Amino acid sequence: MDKNQWAYSENVKKHFMNPQNILQIEEDKYPADGKGMVGSPACGDMMMVLIKVANNRISDFKWKTFGCASAIASTSALSELVLKDGGMTLEEAYKVTPEDIIRELGGLPSNKIHCSVLGDKALREAIDDYYNKNNQKNPSQESVSRVVCDCKNVTEEDIRMEVLEGVTDFEKMKEVTGASTVCGKCEQDVRDTMKKFVEQYYKDDIYNPGE
Amino acid sequence: MSLYLDNNATTSLHPAVKEAIIEFLDSYGNPGSMHEAGRRVKDRLDSAREEIASFLGTTPTKIMFTSCASESNNTILKSLLLHDFGFKPHMITSAIEHPSIITTARYLEKNGVDVTYLPVTKDGIIEISALEKAITDRTVLVSIMHANNEIGTVQPIEEAAKLLTQKNIFFHSDMVQAPGKIIFNLDSMDIDAASFSAHKMHAPKGIGALYFKNSKAENFPFTPLIHGGHQENGLRAGTENTIGIIAWAAACRAIKADVQNEIDYIKNLRDSFENIIKESISDIVINGESAPRKPCTSNVSFKYVEGESILLRLDMEGIAVSTGSACSTGSLDPSHVIMALHNDPETAHGSIRFSFSRENSMEDVQATAAALKKTIDFLRSISPLTPKG
Repeated sequence: MDKNQWAYSENVKKHFMNPQNILQIEEDKYPADGKGMVGSPACGDMMMVLIKVANNRISDFKWKTFGCASAIASTSALSELVLKDGGMTLEEAYKVTPEDIIRELGGLPSNKIHCSVLGDKALREAIDDYYNKNNQKNPSQESVSRVVCDCKNVTEEDIRMEVLEGVTDFEKMKEVTGASTVCGKCEQDVRDTMKKFVEQYYKDDIYNPGE
Repeated sequence: MSLYLDNNATTSLHPAVKEAIIEFLDSYGNPGSMHEAGRRVKDRLDSAREEIASFLGTTPTKIMFTSCASESNNTILKSLLLHDFGFKPHMITSAIEHPSIITTARYLEKNGVDVTYLPVTKDGIIEISALEKAITDRTVLVSIMHANNEIGTVQPIEEAAKLLTQKNIFFHSDMVQAPGKIIFNLDSMDIDAASFSAHKMHAPKGIGALYFKNSKAENFPFTPLIHGGHQENGLRAGTENTIGIIAWAAACRAIKADVQNEIDYIKNLRDSFENIIKESISDIVINGESAPRKPCTSNVSFKYVEGESILLRLDMEGIAVSTGSACSTGSLDPSHVIMALHNDPETAHGSIRFSFSRENSMEDVQATAAALKKTIDFLRSISPLTPKG
């Protein structure tokens, strides 16, 4: 074994030591077309993504990240991926997955994936923000489920599926999805999302799985 | 540059220890054998036990060798499991113990033991009044650590020992972080059992000890963790780690000569380090700063940045430290110790432990403080979190 071997790939190390496309000026001096902010300090990872849009393509991508080496490296790698070859179209960018980022990085230790790869979510939030600001509907929005719990990467769709499986109790939802088990900031959101689906699916007593 | 500031994790071998190991390498006899090769090693073992016991302020019959302090801790705690008390036994420990106590206590909870985890103050100290309040008529064991491994705060174990002697409750302390850093005398402390480890004091890994005083032993159901031969008076089977024991005795001998000077020297390094970074880096919290602390330990939370990133960037500069960030623990939970102090994940995620030793110099301190400032400035420049207001 190499005596200097890192827990991370060379690519992670490169992006971590020399991150690309960092926002180097005050945020209010950078006229962004869309902004996304995900994670929380309590989870240990938080990132901000600012994008500029030209001709339906992402023409610039700046970011700031609080987090571990893989969180910093993954945002840096994402910024390069998105800006490659004149920039991704908004549709392409909206469909970037954590796997795409991990591939760019040459792999990540498995315990790092769900907590530190948040860049794709921040990017989607920035794109949504761009459409909102321009009073347009995001044509890609329907295809991707909103993340409710950032720490454990639990989406609305995950919660909907569990509700359909019969989970109607918040503690049980925490247990099966892991949602709201880390920093706890999403508790109200998880409760509300669950309630929404419970009301939708179990409004009639005969469907109630019972006490 | 190669700067090792992780001496609470483990220490380098003292030169005198290396010599002692080399000198002993050909003494392969089993101390349990009756022949001459065995007897010769038995003699060496006896005098090594004497030296180690004397360093800890006790006598050789109260020192049982184990493989590590985790084993010592497990031995005491798991003794509660197989005994029929005739009631549900209760133990008290603290929220900031080493994982070898906390995890074992949780295991006991799953197996019929009630456990109380005493909270600590913002400075990382348990309160004797809380301990007293937690005692029930079912309390059969209290285990409170001496110096904390992460932040170095020293728990009031002598006061606890006095209280527990009055109440006739068995008292164990995980004292791994103390030898060579805090001067104490075991036999005058009213402690019934204590755990130690050689590798925290410039001796090798793989050798630990359990101090076990017999006074309250009759009301404590001691059970060996490892059954087998008659080694260690039948309390811990397995052929002795002879080289480890000889090496540990050599470390005791080498450190004993000058222990107070060494403590003063290390404390000066630590205090200078903290004074420099308090001047040069804003928005930091020195965890446990106003409590009595082990002189080698400085645990600092840096706001707006995350610990693993700090650790890895310092590592690139050749500086070895540790962090209480979740990223280093392999789980999503940050340090239970920093959480017990502040109940704030952000403070825990950004915490770094610097632990000094006799091997470090004032130049090391200055180089570390400089590299640290550079690292924190950089990570804050790419962090979306900023000072409020």
